[in-house]
Amino acid sequence: MAEVNTGDGGGGHGKHDKKRAKKLSTRIDMTPMVDLAFLLLTFFVMTSTFNKAKTMEINFPAEPKAEDERQKVNNALTFIMSKDNSIYYYYGEFFPAANKDGKPATELTKTDFSKDGLHKLLLDRNKPTIEEINTLSEQLKKGEIADTTYKRKAIYAKGNKAALTVLIKADDKAVYKNVIDLIDELNVCQVGKYAVVDMMPAEFELVTAAGAK
Amino acid sequence: MPKIKMPKANPSLDMTPMVDLAFLLVTFFMLTASVRVSEPVVVDTPSSTSDKILPDNVLLVSVDKFGKAFFNISNPAVRISTLERMGEQYKITFTDQEKKRFGAMTSIGVPMEKLKEYINLDDSQRQKVKSPGVPIDSLNNQLGEWIQFGRIEAAKQAKAEKDKAEGAGREFKYEPMRFAIKADGAANYIAVQDVIKIFTKKDIYRFNLITNLEQPEE
Repeated sequence: MAEVNTGDGGGGHGKHDKKRAKKLSTRIDMTPMVDLAFLLLTFFVMTSTFNKAKTMEINFPAEPKAEDERQKVNNALTFIMSKDNSIYYYYGEFFPAANKDGKPATELTKTDFSKDGLHKLLLDRNKPTIEEINTLSEQLKKGEIADTTYKRKAIYAKGNKAALTVLIKADDKAVYKNVIDLIDELNVCQVGKYAVVDMMPAEFELVTAAGAK
Repeated sequence: MPKIKMPKANPSLDMTPMVDLAFLLVTFFMLTASVRVSEPVVVDTPSSTSDKILPDNVLLVSVDKFGKAFFNISNPAVRISTLERMGEQYKITFTDQEKKRFGAMTSIGVPMEKLKEYINLDDSQRQKVKSPGVPIDSLNNQLGEWIQFGRIEAAKQAKAEKDKAEGAGREFKYEPMRFAIKADGAANYIAVQDVIKIFTKKDIYRFNLITNLEQPEE
């Protein structure tokens, strides 16, 4: 296959039979080597995977101790996920049907994962924080504030006491994808305070009733 | 009329630049390619807009579509010492050969009682085995033990490396082990929550949830 063309086609039979160095051609047939190189190239291109796994960092709350009182949350929005990718929400504190405070019972509102559903709702509810962060990023663009200042201020804006707090609850029929989608949407909408927590029995009944409709 | 003489074109072409390029690319791909080891479980992770890259030093728990849990530690040395600790706990002794094989494996999804058998299988046979998942119920919480020992051994390993680096006068950059959860998008959330509860009972609250990168809309 890969032979060197010597190219001395009957040379050296001259008149005087002088001893001459053989003239070797410097050209080598490179075709097989190139074939191999491209074969390997194709193989590696096909098999290599570039994307390293991407992750989402999240903190989960510790298990509450029995003696702990339920904490009151300002400006809370609770999402409850159930079967068939359905998602419900209510605003503020939860009140069961017959409560001692005499407040009207909490009703669930249904929404969905589309742009006009969840995304719009969150943009609406979280408007002050989003506006604040937008002003900050504009300042950053103009060079009025430093990168680190921007980050610190953005975190502060998100963690502000008045900022929206989201509680995520899922029942036994919800799938993991929905939870991730929701958390992702919260990140997009600059919601800094969110937690995945257990559902209360009263909420579970409400969701089951809403799902059965 | 004289004929128009066509210049004689040389049919052989100088391939040297092309070959140079081809080999350059081959070298590049060979060096960057990482061997993809086959996992015993297929996990179709949901997508998100997060673009953080998974750290190298992780303890990974995978949850498949049916809620079965699989355990993995990225660092082979820590894997092996964790196996030793688990062996002590369950009165199973592993030979050096078995430990070595275990160090090179990926996620495991078999209970301790069957682990020895599983390690001794061929790679091709191992592919065919249907893993029942690491037991996670409260009576037989093997996943919890794996996590516990994995964490202790990772800390020991980091300490040993630190001492070694300091002994040699080098600077040591401590990278704590992270806890990652790779769950299938179609998995029931309760199954994932069970795994998370095991972590939170061990006072681990910060996780890396593995997702695919999704192109944001607009």
